[in-house]
Amino acid sequence: MRRIMLATMLSTLMPALAWAASSAGGPPVEGMPQLAFGHPVQGPLLIGQIVWQVIIFFALFLLLAYVALPRLGAVIDNRRQRIEADLEAARAAMQSADAAIAAQREATQAARSEAQGAVTAAMQAAQQEMDAKLAALNAALAKQVADAEARIDQSRKAALGAVQQVASDTVGALLTKLGASADAGQVQAAVRSEAAARGIA
Amino acid sequence: MAKEGKTIDALSQFELTPFLGFFGQSVGFSQSNAFMLLALGLITLFVMAAAARGAMIPGRLQSLGEASYEFIQGMVTEQIGSEGKKYFPFVFAIFMFVLFGNLLGMLPYSFTFTSHIAVTLTLAVIVFVTVTVIALMRHGMHFFSYFFPEGAPIWLAPIIIPVEVISYFSRVVSLSVRLFANMVAGHVMLKVFATFVVLLGSLGAVGPFVAVLPLSVNIALVGFEFLVAFLQAYVFAILTSIYLHDAVHLH
Repeated sequence: MRRIMLATMLSTLMPALAWAASSAGGPPVEGMPQLAFGHPVQGPLLIGQIVWQVIIFFALFLLLAYVALPRLGAVIDNRRQRIEADLEAARAAMQSADAAIAAQREATQAARSEAQGAVTAAMQAAQQEMDAKLAALNAALAKQVADAEARIDQSRKAALGAVQQVASDTVGALLTKLGASADAGQVQAAVRSEAAARGIA
Repeated sequence: MAKEGKTIDALSQFELTPFLGFFGQSVGFSQSNAFMLLALGLITLFVMAAAARGAMIPGRLQSLGEASYEFIQGMVTEQIGSEGKKYFPFVFAIFMFVLFGNLLGMLPYSFTFTSHIAVTLTLAVIVFVTVTVIALMRHGMHFFSYFFPEGAPIWLAPIIIPVEVISYFSRVVSLSVRLFANMVAGHVMLKVFATFVVLLGSLGAVGPFVAVLPLSVNIALVGFEFLVAFLQAYVFAILTSIYLHDAVHLH
């Protein structure tokens, strides 16, 4: 609707301007009107045209440079800043997302290594415990063996002591039968040395 | 205005008429200046309306305004570099003034002020003076080294310096004549073929059928003229940027 109104205004403006520019009058223009500087009507109008053009162009320049263009430039700059800010925000968001991903990966890594450590530690502890138990068992067994050996030795010693006693007694009896007598201490020493010589002391 | 008869009158469309009768006559304000004032109003309105809403997602008008802003800004920074940002409003004003002058000329009953050599020459002189003043302000006396390229053999100076000076001053001529000639040629062609339509159309029974030929030529010419309108505004603005580059950087 506004466009139609604008078009109507423009299309009526041209005839209006043409009507407002009344006929020039004066003698017919020879050659190009653009160069008719000597013509009584055209000449002054040509000069006036230049003067007015300078004024109008200067006004146009001032209007554009100090009023109209800064506004349009501000609109464009606003948009550029907005886009840049949005891009900046998106970039920051991407960076924080990257950081979060990195942190998550790191945490996963840490958890994994921690778990690995825990497994290793548990395995080591179990091994140690097992080793300790084994060692205790071995020690107990060794002690039992040693005790048994000691007892065997004792029994053997006791047995051997008895053998020596029997031997001494037998020697005493034999000597008595043969009519000789010997000191009991001597007999015992002789038996002991004899036993030692045969390796059964 | 044009006295429509059985002759081809292609030039009277360029005649100036005083705006609002006696008032215009007394201060030399012609319909050409009225259209300049209209262009000023429309340009300012266009830029202000484009900036008015300031929406993050621009509408059509705002897009158009921003596109033209960024187009000229891109051209200026590309040609001059980052120092060129200061001169952006000037180039924008030049571009829009020429563009609106050309485009307003495409409307029926309107007047094309860019078809006047006085206007295009004034515009070119404004550019020339601005550029020269900027160059003198930036470089002082060193500016005159522009006319003798560094490293050229000194005995060539009597040839190089006049050539450089002439080429520097011929900028005004080439800038102004290019735009003026393009606009005049286009509008004369439009007028001539439009007159053909009228002349052939009044040739009895077959006339209207034959008149279709110049009419179709005219339709093509209108499209072509729109192209020229944008192209010449672009050329004027980019040459202004190039001259500003020379003023800032001296070659």
